[in-house]
Amino acid sequence: MKVDGIIFSNIHDHNISELTRIRTLASVPFGCRYRLIDFPLSNMVNSNITNVNIITHYNYHSLMDHIGTGKDWDLARRSGGVKILPPYITGYANPTNTLYNTRLEALKSVNYSISQMTSDYVVMSDCNVICNIDLNDMIKDHVDSGADVTMAVKRMELTPAFAKENTLVFSSREGRITDLLPYPTNFFGSADVNLNILVINRQYLQEITRDAVAHGYTSMTRDVFVKNLPHRNFRTYRYDGYFACISSFEDYFKHNLQLIEDKDMFNSLFNVEDRPIFTKVRNSAPTYYSETSNVKNSLIADGCTIEGTVENSILFRGVKVGKGAVVKNSILFQDTIIGENGSVNYTLCDKNVVIRDNVTISGHTTLPLYVDKGKMV
Amino acid sequence: MLKKKECIAMLLAGGQGSRLYTLTEKTAKPAVPFGGKYRIIDFPMSNCVNSGIDTVGVLTQYQPLVLNEYIGNGQPWDLDRTHGGVTVLSPYEAKGGKDWYRGTANAIYQNLTFIERYSPEYTLILGGDHIYKMDYSKMLAEHKKNGADCTIAVLEVPMEEASRFGILNTDENNRIYEFEEKPKQPKSNKASMGIYIFTTEVLKKYLIEDEADPNSSNDFGKNIIPNMLNDGMKMYSYTFDGYWKDVGTLTSLWEANMDILGKNPTFNLYDRKFRIFYRHNALPPHRVGEDAKVKNSMLTEGCVIDGTVENSVLSNGVIVERGAVVKDSVIMSGAKICAGAKVEYAIIDSDTVVGAGCQLGEAKETQKLLVLGGGMNIPAGTTLGGGDVIDAKNLKDYIG
Repeated sequence: MKVDGIIFSNIHDHNISELTRIRTLASVPFGCRYRLIDFPLSNMVNSNITNVNIITHYNYHSLMDHIGTGKDWDLARRSGGVKILPPYITGYANPTNTLYNTRLEALKSVNYSISQMTSDYVVMSDCNVICNIDLNDMIKDHVDSGADVTMAVKRMELTPAFAKENTLVFSSREGRITDLLPYPTNFFGSADVNLNILVINRQYLQEITRDAVAHGYTSMTRDVFVKNLPHRNFRTYRYDGYFACISSFEDYFKHNLQLIEDKDMFNSLFNVEDRPIFTKVRNSAPTYYSETSNVKNSLIADGCTIEGTVENSILFRGVKVGKGAVVKNSILFQDTIIGENGSVNYTLCDKNVVIRDNVTISGHTTLPLYVDKGKMV
Repeated sequence: MLKKKECIAMLLAGGQGSRLYTLTEKTAKPAVPFGGKYRIIDFPMSNCVNSGIDTVGVLTQYQPLVLNEYIGNGQPWDLDRTHGGVTVLSPYEAKGGKDWYRGTANAIYQNLTFIERYSPEYTLILGGDHIYKMDYSKMLAEHKKNGADCTIAVLEVPMEEASRFGILNTDENNRIYEFEEKPKQPKSNKASMGIYIFTTEVLKKYLIEDEADPNSSNDFGKNIIPNMLNDGMKMYSYTFDGYWKDVGTLTSLWEANMDILGKNPTFNLYDRKFRIFYRHNALPPHRVGEDAKVKNSMLTEGCVIDGTVENSVLSNGVIVERGAVVKDSVIMSGAKICAGAKVEYAIIDSDTVVGAGCQLGEAKETQKLLVLGGGMNIPAGTTLGGGDVIDAKNLKDYIG
């Protein structure tokens, strides 16, 4: 049995426009030194899926830089490995040369690559959901049940705000999907939330894309899945590990800080046996804590130099915190420098930000401040 | 046709490092962990790569498993090449008989065929037991400029310590006229670092001659270098003025680890232009808890710190529980210091668990370093003084 992977890198970009102005959602940093794509990629690699296609749309330079040859995920392979599929645009003026917005449109544009696959099944994953899932188990479930499509879901208590950003999945007691509710307004209570990870028979996937081209379909959920619910066997697969869905900037901020507060949650994402999360190796030295440092309750990557106070914060690789500086409730991306006696609170500093000596900036718990990449304050 | 290489490196990594005791029980010395996430061999390997040398032969002999596995295909150092890259060279059986590496010179002699595959004009000979950052390409430029047959890297040591080293006496042009091993009355302070660049043709000639001499101990320092000097070959010294530390003893290994600490450390690992590459573990970022206190220390991936860490270097995945204190120590990967335990002036090898409330080691000022081997379980409440090397075999003598 052979399984290939497809990852959509851009689909939910609008969710956190601050961070995706200069990058794909897939290359948004998360949890000290990871990028969102590291999670679906590692999930696939940990389940022996070694032929992974990453569909991109725009802003994909940072993504290509991150993935490189795929070496760090063991995906630099003679057969298979990782392949980035940028938009396919011909050199001729052609009205169909428009960029896609949805998964289905994206699939249509890489129709050829899909038809070249030799696998029996395909695992498709978005980048907005962070989880550590055993795809092998899910694939086994899919094969055993003889389903056409199996969707990973997680049972959750929902707030209307959260429900509005997700697709809810309703199923019979036997696990057969009876209804799909994309982005409902005013939904309360508990329901199964779609993880945007699914296993599909490759033949069926090809059929769907062919059909979509012919009929001009655009939405996978509305035009394909909902329409076919009565005729096809769509099933759910229950996942109950770590789950974070990035649906807004505030959400993103909250999920990062939650990794500090909740040790079990942290472990259920990063310390699952046999399922490590891989990322690009930067060969940083360890992190140095000076005599004057004072660090509490924080997650810190390698290559940092800390001489000031850090509380309740996430420091990415190569961050420098000067003497007397105070960093609280903040996320500092790679190579950010906080000068002496500088102070940041409820702030996200993008890459290479410099907060000069004695400068104080602060957001609020309900409205974190965002400092653009490379800015000097 | 494949391109010939200008210079290749031969890294002697077969030594046992017996003065590291339990740390080299199951590992060759070059594979001993250092500085939180490195192993000793990462330094010469990274130096090679940073100097533009892309072909490295690593000669192994003693306990090679960990070392072989660590080097793998050389990917972490960018040494996975179609032509060249890293090759592990172990002793082998041949038609004429089989043989272990009998000395440094014999080890290279047995691998002359490897060198010949790349027809390098120059061959760099390195050891695998020093911590330093060095750009060998500068040394090679010097070698070429002098038209030398052999260039030896030297460190200018304080005159009063010179009698502990192999000393090279040179004229004003750095040409070597005499070599003295641990001289009682040193004439110069140029200590050999055991790093040689040879013009390959000359090296080959002397290795073959040396092999034919039944009385030779087949060693570079004892035989090859003196023989070349006697013949009046053009030999020069190359002065290196950076950090260089022999980590052949437990104390010097501890000291070298301490040298990476500090705002302006004696040995700086933070230079992005001269990175030290290492084989990576996929571990999450480290976590510092509510009650943790970390001062003048290095932490790395996977560490979970809820206690106090002072003047220490911790490797991957070290756990320091609430109320535990680690002071002036080097803790290697996966070790766990349980709640309320205290560790002072110690080296603790990988995966050892120090039980709750243990009191291990003595103050640094006593100069009694405590060393615990890997994979041990120190029962809760144990008290151990400093100055001992304890491993799984003699642990019961200490805990009664």
